Amino acid sequence: MVKPLSRNQMAWRAAQDLEEGMVVNLGMGMPVLAASYAPEGREIIFQSENGIVGAGPEANEDERDPDLVDASSRFVTLAAGASLIESAASFAMIRGGHIDVTMLGGFEVASNGDLANWDMQVPNKGQLVGGAMDLAVGAGEVRVIMQHQTKDGSPRLLNVCRLPLTAPACVTRIYTDLAVVDVKENGFLVQEMLHGMTEEELQARSEASLSFSANLKPLATPDI
Amino acid sequence: MIDKRVSSVDEAIHGLFDGATLMVSGFGGAGVPVELIKALDRSKITDLNIVINAVRFLEMHAPGLFQDHRVKSLVCSAFRGRDRDPSHYERQWQAGELAIDLSPQGSFSERIRAGGAGIPAFFTPTAAGTQLAEGKEVREFNGRQCILETAIKGDFAFLRAAEADRFGNLRFRGTQSNFGPIMAMASKVAVVEVASFSDKPLEADQIHLSGVFIDRILVASETGV
Repeated sequence: MVKPLSRNQMAWRAAQDLEEGMVVNLGMGMPVLAASYAPEGREIIFQSENGIVGAGPEANEDERDPDLVDASSRFVTLAAGASLIESAASFAMIRGGHIDVTMLGGFEVASNGDLANWDMQVPNKGQLVGGAMDLAVGAGEVRVIMQHQTKDGSPRLLNVCRLPLTAPACVTRIYTDLAVVDVKENGFLVQEMLHGMTEEELQARSEASLSFSANLKPLATPDI
Repeated sequence: MIDKRVSSVDEAIHGLFDGATLMVSGFGGAGVPVELIKALDRSKITDLNIVINAVRFLEMHAPGLFQDHRVKSLVCSAFRGRDRDPSHYERQWQAGELAIDLSPQGSFSERIRAGGAGIPAFFTPTAAGTQLAEGKEVREFNGRQCILETAIKGDFAFLRAAEADRFGNLRFRGTQSNFGPIMAMASKVAVVEVASFSDKPLEADQIHLSGVFIDRILVASETGV
């Protein structure tokens, strides 16, 4: 079996698709890692839904400001051109169509683009929804970064989501540790796959039926 | 002469009553009105309906609220506690003692904004087709399913800002503002704790929230968190 991508490599691959001038919102976990792997020389505006437009890298220990945190509650810095806004304005920006791309974590994606990423239904624990539902309906594109399978080997690319939905038919692209998969009108279309892996092997790790691009490329990342 | 300052934290929360709806601002430690929350903890006020984005900040600064079963309902976007084991308030919710109105964060904010802006309800695409749409009116606009969300108003709001003048005009630092302006606008009595007080009126074009929305100012310590 070929070696799956690390979390950093998945974040790196997702970051390569961020373009000059885009306004991007990154979810907790692997998505926020992507900010540090954006290609050099591209100016990208990172929006954080608690009120930062133009978030910079995480603050060093000696430059932490308790009044300046991002949506993942991390102490952050501000990038050039940043502005700070209150919550209703931030979600007006999100819902109103002013965010080009959101990259979110995911539990499951269905072949019609349905996303489940907020409620794992953990027994005895309450729910947390945060801004995921607003981002999923409001951003120009919803891209998901997630492992191809769960820890116990269940598929996450499904015919129909089993967990509660975040939003119906919203996902456009998925970055997994094995492949880059687009969501098209007739289902999943694999654009990139790890070198040394076969189409049958990838299909065996997915519940929904996969199509493969005529221009299928190897999923290559630096060793990070 | 207008001067909205109060001389003690007890005066700041005076009049908050059993059964009140209280809005509490703050996100990730920024803009959390810690001194006001601690004063609430020390009080005996009970049967509260609390509107707060992340419930864990309440338990962090006012553990007595849940220990003494003084909260009857919550409106929030993040109810889940941080630890793997259920928190005190998650157990109360499971026992049916605590009612939860879970809103997506943007709908949470917009419901509060609407409350302060005189809009009783609005349609939004957020949460349409999900579990959080259950029981809500659905209508299609421009080919898109939307759900009806209702406004939220408060009897009191607690927020934190960097600086105030005697009129209640506010300036915020960093990501401090978050839910503060909308909660102040949506509540009958808006109480702000500030790190510093300006003896001179703030420059009109440097004000983040008009003092019209603020009723009381508590000049608190420099470090609220």
